Amino acid sequence: MDKSFSGKGWGLVGIAALILLFLLPAFLPRFYIYLISLMLVYGLLATSLNVVLGYGGVFQFHHCVFYGIGAYATALFLTKTGAPFVVSFIAGGAAAAVLSFLMGLITVRLSKLYFGMLQISLGSLVWAIVYRWYDFTGGDDGIHGISLPDIISSQKGAYYFTLIVTLISLFIIYKIIKSPFGSVLQGIRDNPVRSGMVGINVKRHILAALIIAGFFGGVAGSLFVVVDHTVFPDMLFWTLSLEVLIMCLLGGWFNFFGPMLGAAIVIALRTFVSGYTVYWALVYGVVMIFVIFFLPDGVLGYLQEKLQPAKGKAVTKEG
Amino acid sequence: MDAVWVLFSQKVLSQILVGLSRTTILFIVSSGMSLILGVLRIPNVAHGSLYMIGAFLAYSISRLFGGGSQGFWMALLLAPLGVAILSLIAERALFQHLYKREHLMLLLLTFALSLIFGDLTKLVWGAEYKSVPVPQVFQGFVTVFAGLPLPLYNLFLLAVGPVVAVLLWLFVNKTKIGKISRAAAVDREMVSAVGINVSLVFAAVFVVGCLLAGLGGVLVAPTVSVTLGMDHTLIMETFLIVIMGGLGNIWGALIGALIFGLSQSLGIMIWPQFGIIFPYLAVVIVLMIKPTGLLKSTW
Repeated sequence: MDKSFSGKGWGLVGIAALILLFLLPAFLPRFYIYLISLMLVYGLLATSLNVVLGYGGVFQFHHCVFYGIGAYATALFLTKTGAPFVVSFIAGGAAAAVLSFLMGLITVRLSKLYFGMLQISLGSLVWAIVYRWYDFTGGDDGIHGISLPDIISSQKGAYYFTLIVTLISLFIIYKIIKSPFGSVLQGIRDNPVRSGMVGINVKRHILAALIIAGFFGGVAGSLFVVVDHTVFPDMLFWTLSLEVLIMCLLGGWFNFFGPMLGAAIVIALRTFVSGYTVYWALVYGVVMIFVIFFLPDGVLGYLQEKLQPAKGKAVTKEG
Repeated sequence: MDAVWVLFSQKVLSQILVGLSRTTILFIVSSGMSLILGVLRIPNVAHGSLYMIGAFLAYSISRLFGGGSQGFWMALLLAPLGVAILSLIAERALFQHLYKREHLMLLLLTFALSLIFGDLTKLVWGAEYKSVPVPQVFQGFVTVFAGLPLPLYNLFLLAVGPVVAVLLWLFVNKTKIGKISRAAAVDREMVSAVGINVSLVFAAVFVVGCLLAGLGGVLVAPTVSVTLGMDHTLIMETFLIVIMGGLGNIWGALIGALIFGLSQSLGIMIWPQFGIIFPYLAVVIVLMIKPTGLLKSTW
């Protein structure tokens, strides 16, 4: 059930938020600009995952593979070839989409938990290759100090670039979800058997959704290169993928902007908690358990239920 | 020419033996995961953490008892029990409330636990490497065929594997809890309708599964350096093994562990840098042929 925002009130909130996002660099210190850039990157990553997770009902456990491959593709294009930045940037999404297609060919035959466990394992294979291939990927160290065109090499430039690319990507994802293809996808999520019966090629649709999700995951990875000028193998380690899953859950994966919000909360929390203790993972684990037990629809799902009791009540999902 | 051939076959044989002792550990841990997957339907990411905690507990217990042979045997006895108690607390406090929820939620809960366990391990034992000595009895080598030396401890591991397999078979097929749990795996509501407290049976199965993770941790401790992060590599290996064998099938875990352990050890011999890839390739090939694993899945 899609419970996306609607109504004029929310539209105004959105426009205000946009204006704020564009004005922020004028008065925020550098560190916070970096932080918000990271939130956008992770937000896009979580939203791309949600295309298959929330709207397709696919257990994509290891989504960060595409994020990492996107980042590595961009970084390698920039450092090893003389390709212009635009080409390198697009190469990230493209590489991720191709990988997503190849992995999808193997995994799409399985369903639910089988899919998820095989996907996480295949993703770990990709991680292992990246981690071991010192000559090409820099192995454990990754690649540092990637040089970018002048216009986006500054903190502000990177921020604006990230903001614009994220907004465009979100817009495209939104359009895809609202398109007939998106409706079919949600139909498959709610009842794969019946969708198959009415003549929908379920596997082909899932595969297409996987490629789309992989592509935008790759774009998020390329954006990380722009923001941070580095890539490292941990970007495609499976623990990060599960963290992104939690971002989706925390924000609310039945809501288009849920993953974005979840990512922002997690990044803010991580930055805040890490300032006080090295045991960030412990705090994160406790927060996760809290969310799983008390916020099964995420923050946005919870807010929506509180704000619109009449509408929200009718919607119940089996757990 | 003959000498070269003997040398080569010796190398292959010794790699196979190394692979088989690795298989034992992998089988013990994955059979626990498979048991939990089959009956409770939990993809337990925290399984690796319990394995790690088992290894750290083995370190502490063996030091407590003087670090010698006696220490090892006490660790072998007590560390899995410690892990079992920890898992019992987790099951009663957290898991039992979530069985009706989606697998995804259970997976995320186990991930949250693995983060918490990881940090708790760091709190208790610190970030340094720990080593557990090989007990006196198993120091030294035996010569197996063609003058091939094999560490005695590996021989011990090779013997432990079948013992665990038989005990597990007895648990699943001959005990009441095992029989009920197999029934509950198929139809939980029917089992509870005939007046059996399914919740307690589930708790028992969960604890047995986690105990196996702890046992694996203790057994591996003398052969590796015990360190944070040993959970992360293991958990992916177990996932692969369980998928290959068929979700929830304990004997599938045995076959999966064999394929994994052997392809890994031989792969490393053939191509040291990328030996890690071979087990994954094996999994892909297996799943191309049989998408739901080699043996019948309980799903």
